[in-house]
Amino acid sequence: MTDIQKRRRWFQVLGAAAANVWLPSFFKGRIYQGPTKGICVPVLNCYSCPSAVFACPIGALQHSLGSVKLNLSLARIEFGLYVVGSLAAVGSLIGRIPCGWLCPFGLLQELIHKIPSRKFQIPKVLTYGKYLTLFVLVILLPLFILDEFGGGEPWFCKWICPTGTLEAGIPLALLSGTIRARLGFLFAWKMAVLAGFLAWMVFVMRPFCRTTCPLGAILGLFNKASLFRMTVDEETCTLCGQCQNECPIDLKIYESPNSPDCIRCLKCEKVCPFGSIGHNFFSCSNPRKNEDKEAIR
Amino acid sequence: MKKKWAIIFFLIALALIGIGLASGEYQTVLEKARTVCLECIGIG
Repeated sequence: MTDIQKRRRWFQVLGAAAANVWLPSFFKGRIYQGPTKGICVPVLNCYSCPSAVFACPIGALQHSLGSVKLNLSLARIEFGLYVVGSLAAVGSLIGRIPCGWLCPFGLLQELIHKIPSRKFQIPKVLTYGKYLTLFVLVILLPLFILDEFGGGEPWFCKWICPTGTLEAGIPLALLSGTIRARLGFLFAWKMAVLAGFLAWMVFVMRPFCRTTCPLGAILGLFNKASLFRMTVDEETCTLCGQCQNECPIDLKIYESPNSPDCIRCLKCEKVCPFGSIGHNFFSCSNPRKNEDKEAIR
Repeated sequence: MKKKWAIIFFLIALALIGIGLASGEYQTVLEKARTVCLECIGIG
């Protein structure tokens, strides 16, 4: 493991620890309720995890969109702008860096993928699934499928999110007899989804990030227009493919240095034998020649 | 040119955060996050 990858692993561990620092809540059997819980951090970390000290932006976004009609009926002007703005601020600065460097669920996927087994790639078409998840389960259904009071449900959290099951569902079921007594079909479904993703992680690197994660989909949209940028020097790149072999997402970075799928782990930068791959952040240096060129040569 | 767009997006994002905070959305997120999300944990 190179120095920068060791550093990245430390960032991932510290990111997971910082997002779940309030461990006493596990002993009390209830979730942390301090003032930091209103801050949206750009990682998938369930806010119903007992030790979570921040808000999950995807959960908060669904709740905000599901409350739009109700708020309008009460003459309250709330459209989830705070959540959207929080994500856009991070995205416009660094794009998907939080996916590669901070997300606790990303760390889990990388660790489970270390289990020895035959490894596979996933078809490109599946990578569009995360946009479907975002637009259907996170935006459209919470906005338009409303109950009798005019409120929408967090469809992604309810039917898909394996992070919620792992970080909140299982611990709270173990800690609280009241919650345990109310578990039924939905919990069984969510456990099956979690088990499916955990098994998938053994054979495929970061399958949830690549096919399903709506947060990755949002941040990825900013990759092409963020201050942090990957660069490839067209003159020295020989298209040898070593970067793609090392890439956890199986990207050809020389074709699209700032692809929405890139989690910016920087593995490609270190493995390139010609030093053709680099990055810059808010520097005044000229971008390399083929930056963002979709297909070269 | 790309950096110009990034800065524009960042400024728009800050404006959205500001509008959201002014309309009380921080409190809404805080209240939601302080209560156990029954959907998230699989109760519904």
